[in-house]
Amino acid sequence: MPLKKALCAATALTLASAGAAFAETTITIATVNNGDMIRMQGLAEDFTAKHPDIKLEWVTLEENVLRQRVTQDVAAKGGQFDVMTIGTYEVPIWGKQGWLVSLNDLPESWDAGDLLPAIRNGLTIDGELYAAPFYGESSMVMYRTDLMKKAGLDMPEAPTWDFIKQAAAAMTDKGNEVYGICLRGKAGWGENMAFLTAMANSFGARWFDEDWKAQFNTPQWSDTINFYMDLMNNYGPPGASTNGFNENLSLFQQGKCGMWIDATVAASFVTNANDSTVADKVGFALAPDKGLGKRGNWLWAWSLAIPAGTDAEDAAKEFIAWATSKEYTALVASKEGWANVPPGTRTSLYENPEYAKVPFAAMTLGSINSADPTNPTVDPVPYTGVQFVAIPEFAGIATQVGQEISAALAGQQSVEEALEKAQALTVDEMEAAGY
Amino acid sequence: MATQHSRSAARLMMAPAVILLLGWMLVPLIMTLYFSFKKYLPLRGGDLGWVGFDNYARFVSSSSFWPSVQATLLIVGGVLLITLVLGVLLALLLDQPMWGQGVVRILFIAPFFIMPTVSALVWKNMFMDPVNGLFAHLWKAFGAQPVEWLSEASLPSIILIISWRWLPFATLILLTAIQSLDSEQLEAAEMDGASPLARFGHIILPHLSRAITVVLLIQTIFLLSVFAEIFVTTQGSFGTRTLTYLIYQRVLESQNVGLGSAGGVFAIILANIVAIFLMRIVGKNLDA
Amino acid sequence: MAREITQKRKIVNTLVAWTIGFLIFFPILWTVLTSFKTEAQAISDPPVFLFFDWTLENYAIVQERSDYARFLWNSVIIAVGSTVLGTIISVPAAWSMAFVPSKKTKDILLWMLSTKMLPAVGVLYPIYLIFIELGLLDTKVGLVAVMTLINLPIIVWMLYTYFREIPGEILEAARMDGATLRDEIIHVLTPMAIPGIASTVLLNIILAWNEAFWTLNLTAAKAAPLTAFIASYSSPEGLFYAKLSAASTMAIAPILILGWFSQKQLVRGLTFGAVK
Repeated sequence: MPLKKALCAATALTLASAGAAFAETTITIATVNNGDMIRMQGLAEDFTAKHPDIKLEWVTLEENVLRQRVTQDVAAKGGQFDVMTIGTYEVPIWGKQGWLVSLNDLPESWDAGDLLPAIRNGLTIDGELYAAPFYGESSMVMYRTDLMKKAGLDMPEAPTWDFIKQAAAAMTDKGNEVYGICLRGKAGWGENMAFLTAMANSFGARWFDEDWKAQFNTPQWSDTINFYMDLMNNYGPPGASTNGFNENLSLFQQGKCGMWIDATVAASFVTNANDSTVADKVGFALAPDKGLGKRGNWLWAWSLAIPAGTDAEDAAKEFIAWATSKEYTALVASKEGWANVPPGTRTSLYENPEYAKVPFAAMTLGSINSADPTNPTVDPVPYTGVQFVAIPEFAGIATQVGQEISAALAGQQSVEEALEKAQALTVDEMEAAGY
Repeated sequence: MATQHSRSAARLMMAPAVILLLGWMLVPLIMTLYFSFKKYLPLRGGDLGWVGFDNYARFVSSSSFWPSVQATLLIVGGVLLITLVLGVLLALLLDQPMWGQGVVRILFIAPFFIMPTVSALVWKNMFMDPVNGLFAHLWKAFGAQPVEWLSEASLPSIILIISWRWLPFATLILLTAIQSLDSEQLEAAEMDGASPLARFGHIILPHLSRAITVVLLIQTIFLLSVFAEIFVTTQGSFGTRTLTYLIYQRVLESQNVGLGSAGGVFAIILANIVAIFLMRIVGKNLDA
Repeated sequence: MAREITQKRKIVNTLVAWTIGFLIFFPILWTVLTSFKTEAQAISDPPVFLFFDWTLENYAIVQERSDYARFLWNSVIIAVGSTVLGTIISVPAAWSMAFVPSKKTKDILLWMLSTKMLPAVGVLYPIYLIFIELGLLDTKVGLVAVMTLINLPIIVWMLYTYFREIPGEILEAARMDGATLRDEIIHVLTPMAIPGIASTVLLNIILAWNEAFWTLNLTAAKAAPLTAFIASYSSPEGLFYAKLSAASTMAIAPILILGWFSQKQLVRGLTFGAVK
């Protein structure tokens, strides 16, 4: 190793003599290729101008690849990244393992007290904040006001599933490629299962009972999935079993969906006249319920976290404090308008009169506030998480369950078969995990 | 001709390659074997002790095991069949006199240069998408209901995507083989009044047998570990979960390294069965 | 008469071959065309082929978002480096197999090929741990090493089949003249084997360039090649066909151009000894 050290020293010397009088720290940031993150990357000059001693390396990947990379790296302690973009699912699991650096000591001015309580709670374990939310989301109904009017219906602010079905039937016009409802069908725990788990909550279904017994053999799940199949088969677009968030977004933007129940962040995309052909004809409503006291909306926050063992902890904290600050929000607003700021993380944003003019602001806040990760469904559960179960095995199990349901949606098996297989594989995996 | 001296020199020259490959095979293999007897869950603290053959039993008894073996064999078999049959036909065609043969050859060979990720993305989004894909437009133009390729016909679609990449490879090897055929032999047969089909069956096909086995061998090696095409398109849904993909799900999605390693051992066994089977045929054909 | 028939046949052949060639090539053509469209035109119904407003906008966006040159450079280093290293290791091995064969030669060769059948996914975790230990994660050195090992069997095999076609008498004659083993390899064998080596090198550059599992999983920022570049465009939010096409075109263009220019050399050696 002396050779390597010597080489390092030599490199450092060259760098220093090349004009950098300060010690430069490089932080590697792993992030998703979502619009808000790409915007952050574009605005990062603001950060590097303020911190000339910190250099940023971006690793921008598609969500599935990113998740695989960061999980692999944090679990094997590879130390490839200094800042990771992770979600409300990973934070509690990794935090408990001691894999993340606590962010309790971020500066006063960052104002942790300003974070929305629902979001903040999801990222806090035993009093330690392990990740800073970059943007938060729930889910809600987005619908075409023009088609609703044409159908002679009026969307209530808090619709029921029965109304959704009635409206979907009335809006569907397959001859003109207008489908009453677009929902996720693509298999994956973060795709169809996020939607279906949240939907199932409103039907009174749950993943596990208090003894961690899988519940796919209950009538509540059967009702949920049958209702979903009925909606999708009769009023959904073709190829629904391969549609994820992104596919549905582009369908909605092209005016092919009457209603779409999905992430609240989609609101800024569907109302953006540059990309959306229906920008001025979109209304919003809370996610539907079944009269059981729970709505089918989820809670998620893409957050920035620092893996334990990084050699650039201070610089990483500086970066996180910048990217999730009120000042960053203001920066985005000044450059791209209020509709494009990362939503759903701070109370102050929703108190801002400028932001209140954004058409979907109030509905987003209402949806986020109505989600309760510790008490997600009608009956008590042993887990936390609205559209997920915060245990390490969940991602693997739910993706396989999602594939069974996706196959049923594609007509390759019946709902009963899908649920039977889901039950069997869940029991099996939970046993393997030692429950 | 080989003297004692040149023999030991030969050994010495082979050594680097053999030692490197031996290391590349043995080190991961031993580690995989080691993990496969452990309950190893990185997200639950890592090594949780020895479990004997539990992981193996669990992997095989899982309801997804046999379907995944089946999917693997179907994909490998399907692609081999398509690339070989079409490859021979296209090679025969390219061997005929025509204008612009060089350009045609460039068109034919192009897919082989394309990254599997890119080809899967292009096929999935721009061709097979049931709403915006080119196929959907084509179907609608003829008044038909667009096909949901990746769900309704998932296996054939994936086989198509993979075949598109490997067809040029097969065609070119077969074409080189056909071009090396003694044309006098063919002409003589034509004089004797042998029908084109007979000429193909008795002269061309036997001549191609070595080329065919080579294509078979090389493609099988690459096809057994196909991953990107599935990861990008169906993520293992709709019956396209191959053994490789199942292991991926165990190791990376479920983060169960022990279980996945046991699966890895099974994949090695399957690969070796296929290999032995292939080597038997190929070995015979490669002698001479 | 006969002339006319062959002329007619030639026309038919040409038409059929060009049509099939066009169909096979079409996905690539369509990707390149789409990369010059706007996102709206990329999904327009009915699709537009040539008559749209050509724009370079997508390339500008892609370039602004990612440092293409760095990904490209990494791809070049990894593909070329691993091929060169692999060839240096393989030439002596293939030589000794071809000219001093023993009973075990064929077994060794087949064993080498069989190592390629190990499922990469199954050994990702062990390899990842080893890479952490050796400090090789996200380094070009580490990737060059892995790519070399992955493609070594193919290189050895291709070279072996090529060397075997070189008549042994030439070597013996050289030996009679008092040539040493080194002379024999450098001055006699290598010149004769240049076409075979060229073809081997080309094939391996292509294989290493397109490898997407290890290159993605063992890199982060510094050593990430074009396969990682593509992974950041594969399914973002909103319309993305045009941007994806631009990124795809950028990722495949270098290797496609190299492949086309060298296709004669490549094809000549692509026989794996199947042609006698």
